[in-house]
Amino acid sequence: MLGLPHRTERRAKRERVMSMNRRQFIKIAGLSTLFGLGGKGAFEILRPGMLDAAEHGHGAPALEEPAEPAIRWGMTIDVEKCAEPGVVDKCIKACHSVHNVPDFGDSKDQVKWLWQDDYEHTFAGNENQYMADHVKEFPFLCLCNHCDEPPCVRVCPTKATFRRPDGVVAMDYHRCIGCRFCMAACPFGARSFNWLDPRDALNEKEYNMEFPTRGRGVVEKCNFCVERLAKGLMPACVEAAPQALAFGNLADPDSNVRQILRKRPSMRRKLELGSEPSVFYLV
Amino acid sequence: MYDAWKILVGLAIFVGLFTFAFWMNAGKAAPVPEVKIDTPEIKKMPEPERKCVEDKHFMRTTHMQLINDWRDMALREGNREYVNKRGEKYVVSLQNTCMKCHSNKKEFCDQCHNYTGVSPYCWDCHIEPKEEPKGNES
Repeated sequence: MLGLPHRTERRAKRERVMSMNRRQFIKIAGLSTLFGLGGKGAFEILRPGMLDAAEHGHGAPALEEPAEPAIRWGMTIDVEKCAEPGVVDKCIKACHSVHNVPDFGDSKDQVKWLWQDDYEHTFAGNENQYMADHVKEFPFLCLCNHCDEPPCVRVCPTKATFRRPDGVVAMDYHRCIGCRFCMAACPFGARSFNWLDPRDALNEKEYNMEFPTRGRGVVEKCNFCVERLAKGLMPACVEAAPQALAFGNLADPDSNVRQILRKRPSMRRKLELGSEPSVFYLV
Repeated sequence: MYDAWKILVGLAIFVGLFTFAFWMNAGKAAPVPEVKIDTPEIKKMPEPERKCVEDKHFMRTTHMQLINDWRDMALREGNREYVNKRGEKYVVSLQNTCMKCHSNKKEFCDQCHNYTGVSPYCWDCHIEPKEEPKGNES
């Protein structure tokens, strides 16, 4: 029992320093929980907003844009005009040659930025009963919808795909790890995986030397021609068929696309999912 | 020591194999990289204006960081205009700015990259300029 006086003395000293022992602490904690002052609630009462700021204030800067963006790029597609012979093919060819999109000739390995589908598949689940025959046969030009709430961006684990403040859902191929979560998330099938080296299917003489190709193992899709928008040009497909396609700023009520949409009824794909596509089909 | 000769022979073989790279290349100096900047596009510029985006020393030491920054500028920020220290403006693009002048990847990029044993994957996607065979320049 030697040393006991020393120990009690030391403990007493420590208690004086801490000025609260375990018993007191548990009492206070219990009482404050009773009055709803425990946990997160206490922070909210004592320092409103501080906890949220501390929890969300770290890491990469959020890609959020101001509440009302000045620009939201969008497109209108006149389905009837697309039915004119050659229009759809011309658009697809223009897009794929500008962006060095390979054609493997096999739907299994297919890479597509812009493609054609029928009414039934474009508006799957929403097809109207007894739809007019000619609408059923229209070629619908499909591309990335550059959604306002893009599901692909939400699932991307590396932030390789992201929504630019101007509404374009862009890809950073340097960061893509090829996990294909975005392909599973995209309700429109707008994304393609490079199973093979795209250069194997591209003709070296037909390269667009001003645009890169992609590498094997990344997911690619339409980029709304951001590289052309930066130069003040229209997207390649719009340039190829200006009579059928229109491109403009959806955020500006007087823009060309908004004027078209004011006059003509339009449809968007899979609205029930709430992804808010920026591509409008005029019927 | 038991089996001394076995151990010694084993050690000798091990040391020999381990230092293989050194004595194999002993006395042979790797050729110093020869970087050529005599492309048609560069020759077009009059001598005093023959300048890269930034000065020579900066480009030699920091081009990889500059290119990295350019990637984020163009892709992430949508800013495709670079203003250098001299106040001049350049389009932010590997294929359309860098490689327009330095159209000789084999004699320019590869020289130092091979010498230092680095293999950047830029050209897995970015298309390198077509190099015409020598003496066939139009």
